[in-house]
Amino acid sequence: MISASAVTKRYPHGPEALKDVSFEIESGEMVFITGHSGAGKSTLFRLLAAIERPTSGSIVVNGQNIAALRRSAIPYLRRNFGLIFQDQKLLFDRSVLDNVLLPLAIVGLPTREAHRRARAALDKVGLLDRERARPIALSGGEQQRLAIARAVVNRPAILLADEPTANLDSESASTILDIFRSFHQVGVTLVIATHDPQWMARFSPRVLRLERGRLAGEAA
Amino acid sequence: MSAYFSQHFAALKSALRRLATAPLNTLLSLIVIGVALALPAAGWVVLDNLQHLAGNTTGVQQISVFLTTDASRKDVAEIESRLRDARAGNWRFVSREEALKRMQATEGMSEIVAGLPKNPLPDAFFVEPADPQPETLERLAAIFKSWPKVAHVQLDSAWSKRFDAFLRIGKLAVTLLAGLFGGTLIAVTFNTIRLQILSQVAEIEVARLVGATDAFIRRPFHYFGALQGALGGIFAVALIAGSGWILSAPVAELLALYSASFTPRGLSLQHTGIVIGTGAALGWLGAQLSVALHLRRFG
Repeated sequence: MISASAVTKRYPHGPEALKDVSFEIESGEMVFITGHSGAGKSTLFRLLAAIERPTSGSIVVNGQNIAALRRSAIPYLRRNFGLIFQDQKLLFDRSVLDNVLLPLAIVGLPTREAHRRARAALDKVGLLDRERARPIALSGGEQQRLAIARAVVNRPAILLADEPTANLDSESASTILDIFRSFHQVGVTLVIATHDPQWMARFSPRVLRLERGRLAGEAA
Repeated sequence: MSAYFSQHFAALKSALRRLATAPLNTLLSLIVIGVALALPAAGWVVLDNLQHLAGNTTGVQQISVFLTTDASRKDVAEIESRLRDARAGNWRFVSREEALKRMQATEGMSEIVAGLPKNPLPDAFFVEPADPQPETLERLAAIFKSWPKVAHVQLDSAWSKRFDAFLRIGKLAVTLLAGLFGGTLIAVTFNTIRLQILSQVAEIEVARLVGATDAFIRRPFHYFGALQGALGGIFAVALIAGSGWILSAPVAELLALYSASFTPRGLSLQHTGIVIGTGAALGWLGAQLSVALHLRRFG
């Protein structure tokens, strides 16, 4: 489903953020990308999400090479992904429900069906009773759950998350973990960048460990 | 297809909401756009009325064809059939007897007419060409002159030419004005959209990340520009109608002094449509230029 080969990313005037990274992720797998901060986790996340392009190498998702994708094809690629960011990237000038409706508006789903699906996604993360609230009124954990609801509302095949529990207390983080596990159980491919050891203890998942931009090891 | 319509409808709704949420900004933009459209449109209305007035004034776009006094009924019939063949337009025949009668009816002339030994007036045709261009008038006059039993062809073409030149300059000035204010309208929309994009950086970024195409992101701005332009056009039409209403009484008074039978006209339905449509089109263009320039930054 995702295949990276010899991926290198070099920022202008900086060191190589990623060096010769290769891996394969099968459909339905749950994979953790770990490493110290600065090891290249976020860079890899940004490359997988087609936010940036690798300097060299290729990343193939669903048979499409992201590195060589035309700019106009990127929106359609992104619709296969649910993206979850460390800083959530919520829109604070609209309601919780409207935040979740945005991806559906983009694909032009009729209003009634869109509302039904958005509420189902909010229900899954336990925020259905907060649909009229503004994101600013939510706690950190609730905001992250809202971000997850927005990421999954389109029923993507792949969920990409960058440090989804970085700023959360352990109880909120635990709730997030349970939500991710439920998606894994229904066959969603999960790629999660994290340095949170809680994850490893709970899932004993496949782990890709990055060290200063290189793939240092793999454990399953 | 329904996705297509629902997306356009959503973009239109979002544009309307943006217009409504900043009423003061909207009002100021509409005033600027309205005035920018109203000035050239009003100039056009004035020119249109002048042209119409000129067309109504007899002697300007009319060719008088006087026959010789010895022309017979048969000669008159011959000229008539030639006018018909030449497709010269409308004409009116005034026989020499009728002309004399009219002269007798005119105050102060009856005694003079009574003193005449015989009718000195010729038969005459008054031709109103279908095409009132000065070139056509001159060409027709030359043709009429060459016909038998035609003694004199009168065409007040010097006046007509001068007036035509004046109208041409007026039209050019209105066109220049329209270009200038059209540019203003585009610039105003460009700036409004620029400010909107700057205030929606977060929204645009998030929309991109969840799979929005460029078209999706641009659409509400296009609708906004076109809508603002169209509303400005409606405001311009209202301005012209209002000015026309204020001016109508003094103009009627002036026309009465010249005993002219002429009713000034405002914008026709078609031209109202053109003003509003131009506003919408220029607004769309301003929005397009703005999004093309400012959205490039968000890869």
